[in-house]
Amino acid sequence: MKTAGKAKTTTFKSGHLLKGAESPVVSETMRSLGDEVVAPGLSYIVTRGSAGSARAAMQGSRTLMPQPQVDATEQELIRRVREGDKEAFYGLVRPYERAVFFAARSVLNNDADAEEAAQEAVLKAFMHIEEFRGESKFSTWLVQIAINEARMKLRKEHRELYESLDESTADEQGDYWPKDFADWREIPIEALQLKELREALSKALASLEPKYRQVLVLRDIQQFSVAETAETLGLSGEAVRTRLHRARLRMRDALAPGFDGAWIRGRGWEKVRPW
Amino acid sequence: MRVIEISCVEVWREISNFLEGWVDPELRARMEAHFAVCSNCKAVLDGTGNVVKLIADGQTFDVPAGFSERLFSKLR
Repeated sequence: MKTAGKAKTTTFKSGHLLKGAESPVVSETMRSLGDEVVAPGLSYIVTRGSAGSARAAMQGSRTLMPQPQVDATEQELIRRVREGDKEAFYGLVRPYERAVFFAARSVLNNDADAEEAAQEAVLKAFMHIEEFRGESKFSTWLVQIAINEARMKLRKEHRELYESLDESTADEQGDYWPKDFADWREIPIEALQLKELREALSKALASLEPKYRQVLVLRDIQQFSVAETAETLGLSGEAVRTRLHRARLRMRDALAPGFDGAWIRGRGWEKVRPW
Repeated sequence: MRVIEISCVEVWREISNFLEGWVDPELRARMEAHFAVCSNCKAVLDGTGNVVKLIADGQTFDVPAGFSERLFSKLR
Protein backbone atom coordinates (compact mmCIF):
# COMPACT_ATOMS: atom_id res chain seq x y z
CA MET A 1 0.00 0.00 0.00
CA LYS A 2 1.49 3.29 -1.07
CA THR A 3 1.64 6.29 1.15
CA ALA A 4 2.38 9.80 0.03
CA GLY A 5 2.40 13.40 1.12
CA LYS A 6 2.12 13.99 4.81
CA ALA A 7 0.82 10.49 5.41
CA LYS A 8 1.02 9.30 8.95
CA THR A 9 -0.61 6.01 9.70
CA THR A 10 -1.38 4.71 13.10
CA THR A 11 -3.76 2.07 14.28
CA PHE A 12 -5.91 2.91 17.25
CA LYS A 13 -8.19 0.78 19.32
CA SER A 14 -11.87 0.92 18.65
CA GLY A 15 -13.49 4.19 19.60
CA HIS A 16 -10.41 6.38 19.41
CA LEU A 17 -10.64 9.24 17.01
CA LEU A 18 -7.84 9.24 14.54
CA LYS A 19 -6.40 12.68 14.07
CA GLY A 20 -3.87 14.11 11.73
CA ALA A 21 -5.48 12.76 8.56
CA GLU A 22 -4.47 15.53 6.21
CA SER A 23 -4.70 13.73 2.94
CA PRO A 24 -7.13 11.31 1.32
CA VAL A 25 -4.15 9.04 0.69
CA VAL A 26 -3.64 8.76 4.42
CA SER A 27 -7.18 7.54 4.80
CA GLU A 28 -6.78 4.99 2.01
CA THR A 29 -3.73 3.67 3.81
CA MET A 30 -5.67 3.46 7.02
CA ARG A 31 -8.24 1.31 5.28
CA SER A 32 -5.59 -1.31 4.69
CA LEU A 33 -4.86 -1.51 8.40
CA GLY A 34 -8.35 -1.85 9.69
CA ASP A 35 -11.72 -2.96 8.55
CA GLU A 36 -13.88 -0.08 9.57
CA VAL A 37 -13.41 3.37 8.25
CA VAL A 38 -15.92 6.18 8.32
CA ALA A 39 -14.69 8.57 5.68
CA PRO A 40 -11.55 10.35 4.71
CA GLY A 41 -10.47 12.51 7.58
CA LEU A 42 -12.67 10.98 10.27
CA SER A 43 -11.78 7.40 11.01
CA TYR A 44 -12.61 4.80 13.57
CA ILE A 45 -10.13 1.97 13.20
CA VAL A 46 -10.62 -1.49 14.62
CA THR A 47 -7.28 -3.10 15.27
CA ARG A 48 -8.66 -6.50 14.37
CA GLY A 49 -7.69 -6.10 10.79
CA SER A 50 -9.38 -7.54 7.82
CA ALA A 51 -7.06 -6.10 5.26
CA GLY A 52 -8.45 -8.14 2.42
CA SER A 53 -11.97 -6.94 2.87
CA ALA A 54 -10.80 -3.44 3.67
CA ARG A 55 -8.71 -3.40 0.52
CA ALA A 56 -11.61 -4.71 -1.54
CA ALA A 57 -13.89 -2.13 0.02
CA MET A 58 -11.37 0.57 -0.71
CA GLN A 59 -10.93 -0.53 -4.28
CA GLY A 60 -14.66 -0.67 -4.80
CA SER A 61 -14.99 2.68 -3.14
CA ARG A 62 -12.20 4.15 -5.26
CA THR A 63 -13.91 2.95 -8.41
CA LEU A 64 -17.24 4.31 -7.27
CA MET A 65 -16.01 7.49 -5.53
CA PRO A 66 -18.19 10.27 -6.86
CA GLN A 67 -16.91 13.66 -7.89
CA PRO A 68 -17.15 16.36 -5.21
CA GLN A 69 -20.85 16.91 -4.73
CA VAL A 70 -21.29 19.59 -2.14
CA ASP A 71 -23.62 22.18 -3.56
CA ALA A 72 -23.10 25.89 -3.13
CA THR A 73 -25.64 26.22 -0.32
CA GLU A 74 -24.04 23.46 1.69
CA GLN A 75 -20.58 24.84 1.00
CA GLU A 76 -21.63 28.16 2.49
CA LEU A 77 -23.20 26.46 5.50
CA ILE A 78 -20.06 24.38 6.06
CA ARG A 79 -17.93 27.51 5.87
CA ARG A 80 -20.08 29.13 8.54
CA VAL A 81 -20.02 26.02 10.71
CA ARG A 82 -16.23 26.05 10.56
CA GLU A 83 -16.42 29.54 12.00
CA GLY A 84 -18.44 28.15 14.91
CA ASP A 85 -21.96 28.95 13.68
CA LYS A 86 -24.21 26.35 15.32
CA GLU A 87 -27.34 27.61 13.60
CA ALA A 88 -25.69 26.95 10.27
CA PHE A 89 -24.93 23.41 11.46
CA TYR A 90 -28.57 22.81 12.35
CA GLY A 91 -29.54 23.94 8.86
CA LEU A 92 -26.88 21.72 7.33
CA VAL A 93 -28.03 18.58 9.16
CA ARG A 94 -31.83 19.06 9.15
CA PRO A 95 -32.41 17.65 5.64
CA TYR A 96 -30.64 14.44 6.68
CA GLU A 97 -32.17 13.85 10.10
CA ARG A 98 -34.19 10.88 8.94
CA ALA A 99 -31.23 9.43 7.08
CA VAL A 100 -29.09 9.66 10.22
CA PHE A 101 -31.76 8.04 12.38
CA PHE A 102 -32.58 5.23 9.99
CA ALA A 103 -28.93 4.49 9.32
CA ALA A 104 -28.36 4.06 13.06
CA ARG A 105 -31.63 2.15 13.37
CA SER A 106 -30.56 -0.28 10.67
CA VAL A 107 -27.62 -1.28 12.85
CA LEU A 108 -29.17 -1.12 16.32
CA ASN A 109 -32.71 -2.28 15.61
CA ASN A 110 -34.35 -0.25 18.38
CA ASP A 111 -35.44 3.39 18.51
CA ALA A 112 -33.83 4.42 21.80
CA ASP A 113 -30.34 3.22 20.93
CA ALA A 114 -30.65 4.58 17.40
CA GLU A 115 -31.59 8.01 18.71
CA GLU A 116 -28.64 7.99 21.12
CA ALA A 117 -26.27 7.05 18.31
CA ALA A 118 -27.77 9.72 16.05
CA GLN A 119 -27.16 12.39 18.69
CA GLU A 120 -23.55 11.24 19.07
CA ALA A 121 -23.12 11.27 15.32
CA VAL A 122 -24.22 14.87 14.87
CA LEU A 123 -22.03 15.91 17.78
CA LYS A 124 -19.03 14.19 16.20
CA ALA A 125 -19.83 15.76 12.83
CA PHE A 126 -19.93 19.21 14.38
CA MET A 127 -16.69 18.70 16.29
CA HIS A 128 -14.86 17.40 13.23
CA ILE A 129 -16.40 19.48 10.46
CA GLU A 130 -12.89 20.66 9.54
CA GLU A 131 -12.12 17.15 8.37
CA PHE A 132 -14.91 16.99 5.82
CA ARG A 133 -13.15 17.62 2.53
CA GLY A 134 -16.05 17.49 0.09
CA GLU A 135 -14.86 14.38 -1.73
CA SER A 136 -18.26 12.85 -1.10
CA LYS A 137 -21.64 14.34 -0.39
CA PHE A 138 -22.06 15.78 3.08
CA SER A 139 -24.99 13.41 3.58
CA THR A 140 -22.79 10.40 2.81
CA TRP A 141 -20.16 11.59 5.28
CA LEU A 142 -22.74 12.26 7.96
CA VAL A 143 -24.47 8.91 7.52
CA GLN A 144 -21.13 7.11 7.61
CA ILE A 145 -20.52 8.66 11.02
CA ALA A 146 -23.97 7.54 12.16
CA ILE A 147 -23.36 3.98 10.97
CA ASN A 148 -20.07 3.81 12.82
CA GLU A 149 -21.45 5.34 16.00
CA ALA A 150 -24.19 2.73 15.90
CA ARG A 151 -21.72 -0.08 15.32
CA MET A 152 -19.56 1.07 18.21
CA LYS A 153 -22.61 1.24 20.46
CA LEU A 154 -23.66 -2.24 19.41
CA ARG A 155 -20.20 -3.59 20.01
CA LYS A 156 -19.94 -1.95 23.43
CA GLU A 157 -23.41 -2.62 24.81
CA HIS A 158 -24.67 -5.71 23.04
CA ARG A 159 -21.68 -7.88 22.37
CA GLU A 160 -23.84 -10.98 21.98
CA LEU A 161 -25.67 -9.36 19.10
CA TYR A 162 -22.62 -8.00 17.38
CA GLU A 163 -22.04 -9.52 13.99
CA SER A 164 -18.41 -10.10 13.16
CA LEU A 165 -17.17 -7.51 10.71
CA ASP A 166 -15.51 -10.25 8.73
CA GLU A 167 -18.84 -11.99 8.36
CA SER A 168 -20.64 -8.81 7.51
CA THR A 169 -18.28 -7.94 4.68
CA ALA A 170 -18.00 -11.43 3.21
CA ASP A 171 -20.16 -12.03 0.18
CA GLU A 172 -22.78 -14.65 0.67
CA GLN A 173 -22.60 -17.66 -1.58
CA GLY A 174 -25.59 -19.35 -3.09
CA ASP A 175 -28.96 -18.18 -4.26
CA TYR A 176 -32.00 -17.14 -2.27
CA TRP A 177 -35.19 -18.82 -3.43
CA PRO A 178 -38.28 -16.60 -3.04
CA LYS A 179 -41.40 -18.27 -1.66
CA ASP A 180 -43.91 -19.37 -4.22
CA PHE A 181 -47.05 -17.27 -4.02
CA ALA A 182 -48.75 -17.61 -7.33
CA ASP A 183 -51.54 -15.19 -6.58
CA TRP A 184 -50.19 -11.70 -5.91
CA ARG A 185 -52.37 -8.70 -5.35
CA GLU A 186 -50.76 -5.33 -5.27
CA ILE A 187 -51.01 -3.42 -2.03
CA PRO A 188 -51.92 0.16 -2.86
CA ILE A 189 -49.95 2.97 -1.30
CA GLU A 190 -53.19 4.12 0.38
CA ALA A 191 -53.08 0.98 2.49
CA LEU A 192 -50.09 2.48 4.33
CA GLN A 193 -52.67 4.38 6.33
CA LEU A 194 -53.37 1.05 7.98
CA LYS A 195 -51.35 0.85 11.18
CA GLU A 196 -51.23 -2.93 10.80
CA LEU A 197 -49.48 -2.71 7.45
CA ARG A 198 -46.90 -0.25 8.72
CA GLU A 199 -46.27 -2.50 11.72
CA ALA A 200 -45.90 -5.49 9.45
CA LEU A 201 -43.36 -3.62 7.33
CA SER A 202 -41.40 -2.54 10.42
CA LYS A 203 -41.43 -6.08 11.75
CA ALA A 204 -40.28 -7.45 8.42
CA LEU A 205 -37.45 -4.93 8.28
CA ALA A 206 -36.37 -5.75 11.82
CA SER A 207 -36.29 -9.45 10.93
CA LEU A 208 -33.66 -8.97 8.24
CA GLU A 209 -30.03 -9.75 8.96
CA PRO A 210 -28.17 -6.50 9.67
CA LYS A 211 -26.08 -6.66 6.49
CA TYR A 212 -29.24 -6.79 4.36
CA ARG A 213 -31.18 -4.32 6.46
CA GLN A 214 -28.45 -1.68 6.24
CA VAL A 215 -28.32 -1.81 2.46
CA LEU A 216 -32.11 -1.77 2.14
CA VAL A 217 -32.43 1.21 4.48
CA LEU A 218 -29.85 3.29 2.64
CA ARG A 219 -30.89 2.36 -0.88
CA ASP A 220 -34.65 1.88 -0.76
CA ILE A 221 -35.71 4.00 2.20
CA GLN A 222 -33.16 6.82 2.02
CA GLN A 223 -32.79 6.60 -1.77
CA PHE A 224 -28.99 6.62 -1.72
CA SER A 225 -27.44 5.62 -5.01
CA VAL A 226 -25.59 2.32 -5.22
CA ALA A 227 -22.31 4.25 -5.19
CA GLU A 228 -23.29 6.23 -2.10
CA THR A 229 -24.50 3.09 -0.35
CA ALA A 230 -21.27 1.30 -1.22
CA GLU A 231 -19.16 4.17 0.02
CA THR A 232 -21.13 4.56 3.24
CA LEU A 233 -20.91 0.89 4.14
CA GLY A 234 -17.44 0.18 2.77
CA LEU A 235 -18.71 -2.32 0.22
CA SER A 236 -18.26 -2.85 -3.48
CA GLY A 237 -21.09 -1.89 -5.79
CA GLU A 238 -21.58 -5.54 -6.61
CA ALA A 239 -21.96 -6.44 -2.93
CA VAL A 240 -24.56 -3.68 -2.55
CA ARG A 241 -26.56 -5.01 -5.48
CA THR A 242 -26.39 -8.59 -4.21
CA ARG A 243 -27.44 -7.68 -0.68
CA LEU A 244 -30.17 -5.37 -1.95
CA HIS A 245 -31.57 -8.18 -4.06
CA ARG A 246 -31.62 -10.61 -1.14
CA ALA A 247 -33.05 -8.00 1.23
CA ARG A 248 -35.92 -7.23 -1.12
CA LEU A 249 -36.82 -10.87 -1.67
CA ARG A 250 -36.73 -11.51 2.05
CA MET A 251 -39.00 -8.52 2.69
CA ARG A 252 -41.43 -9.82 0.11
CA ASP A 253 -41.46 -13.24 1.73
CA ALA A 254 -41.83 -11.80 5.23
CA LEU A 255 -44.88 -9.79 4.17
CA ALA A 256 -46.55 -12.21 1.82
CA PRO A 257 -48.72 -14.08 4.34
CA GLY A 258 -50.68 -10.89 4.82
CA PHE A 259 -51.44 -10.47 1.15
CA ASP A 260 -54.36 -11.86 -0.87
CA GLY A 261 -56.33 -8.67 -0.72
CA ALA A 262 -56.45 -8.40 3.07
CA TRP A 263 -54.86 -4.97 2.99
CA ILE A 264 -57.01 -3.74 0.16
CA ARG A 265 -60.23 -4.75 1.88
CA GLY A 266 -59.11 -2.94 5.02
CA ARG A 267 -59.26 -6.00 7.21
CA GLY A 268 -56.64 -6.69 9.80
CA TRP A 269 -53.66 -8.75 8.81
CA GLU A 270 -54.81 -12.32 8.72
CA LYS A 271 -53.15 -15.41 7.54
CA VAL A 272 -55.23 -16.54 4.62
CA ARG A 273 -52.85 -19.12 3.30
CA PRO A 274 -51.82 -22.31 5.08
CA TRP A 275 -48.12 -21.39 5.23
CA MET B 1 -34.77 -10.58 -32.41
CA ARG B 2 -34.84 -14.21 -31.36
CA VAL B 3 -35.31 -14.44 -27.62
CA ILE B 4 -33.42 -17.22 -25.86
CA GLU B 5 -35.28 -18.91 -23.04
CA ILE B 6 -34.27 -18.24 -19.47
CA SER B 7 -34.81 -20.36 -16.38
CA CYS B 8 -36.78 -19.30 -13.30
CA VAL B 9 -33.57 -19.49 -11.25
CA GLU B 10 -31.83 -17.04 -13.54
CA VAL B 11 -34.88 -14.77 -13.46
CA TRP B 12 -34.97 -14.73 -9.66
CA ARG B 13 -31.28 -13.80 -9.56
CA GLU B 14 -31.95 -10.77 -11.73
CA ILE B 15 -35.31 -9.59 -10.36
CA SER B 16 -33.86 -6.68 -8.41
CA ASN B 17 -31.62 -5.63 -11.31
CA PHE B 18 -34.60 -5.84 -13.65
CA LEU B 19 -36.66 -3.54 -11.41
CA GLU B 20 -33.82 -1.02 -11.35
CA GLY B 21 -33.24 -1.14 -15.10
CA TRP B 22 -29.74 -2.52 -14.64
CA VAL B 23 -30.06 -5.41 -17.10
CA ASP B 24 -28.95 -5.20 -20.71
CA PRO B 25 -31.58 -5.14 -23.47
CA GLU B 26 -31.08 -8.78 -24.41
CA LEU B 27 -31.55 -10.02 -20.84
CA ARG B 28 -34.51 -7.69 -20.39
CA ALA B 29 -36.19 -9.17 -23.45
CA ARG B 30 -35.59 -12.71 -22.21
CA MET B 31 -36.99 -11.91 -18.80
CA GLU B 32 -40.04 -10.14 -20.22
CA ALA B 33 -40.76 -13.13 -22.41
CA HIS B 34 -40.45 -15.37 -19.35
CA PHE B 35 -42.81 -13.22 -17.25
CA ALA B 36 -45.40 -13.48 -19.99
CA VAL B 37 -45.59 -17.25 -19.55
CA CYS B 38 -44.55 -17.88 -15.95
CA SER B 39 -47.09 -16.71 -13.36
CA ASN B 40 -44.85 -17.66 -10.42
CA CYS B 41 -41.99 -15.45 -11.55
CA LYS B 42 -44.42 -12.69 -12.44
CA ALA B 43 -45.73 -12.92 -8.87
CA VAL B 44 -42.19 -12.60 -7.50
CA LEU B 45 -41.56 -9.60 -9.75
CA ASP B 46 -44.81 -7.88 -8.85
CA GLY B 47 -44.45 -8.59 -5.15
CA THR B 48 -40.87 -7.39 -4.98
CA GLY B 49 -41.73 -4.25 -6.90
CA ASN B 50 -44.68 -3.62 -4.62
CA VAL B 51 -42.53 -3.97 -1.51
CA VAL B 52 -39.93 -1.57 -2.91
CA LYS B 53 -42.64 0.99 -3.61
CA LEU B 54 -44.15 0.64 -0.15
CA ILE B 55 -40.93 0.99 1.83
CA ALA B 56 -39.82 3.95 -0.25
CA ASP B 57 -42.96 5.85 0.70
CA GLY B 58 -42.28 8.51 3.32
CA GLN B 59 -45.18 7.48 5.52
CA THR B 60 -44.03 3.91 6.02
CA PHE B 61 -41.35 4.51 8.61
CA ASP B 62 -41.07 7.47 10.88
CA VAL B 63 -38.66 8.87 13.44
CA PRO B 64 -39.75 8.85 17.10
CA ALA B 65 -41.88 11.75 18.31
CA GLY B 66 -39.68 14.67 19.36
CA PHE B 67 -36.60 13.25 17.63
CA SER B 68 -35.84 16.49 15.78
CA GLU B 69 -35.96 18.54 18.96
CA ARG B 70 -33.62 16.16 20.77
CA LEU B 71 -31.15 15.52 17.95
CA PHE B 72 -28.87 18.42 18.77
CA SER B 73 -29.18 18.13 22.56
CA LYS B 74 -25.56 17.10 22.96
CA LEU B 75 -24.39 20.29 21.22
CA ARG B 76 -26.23 22.59 23.59
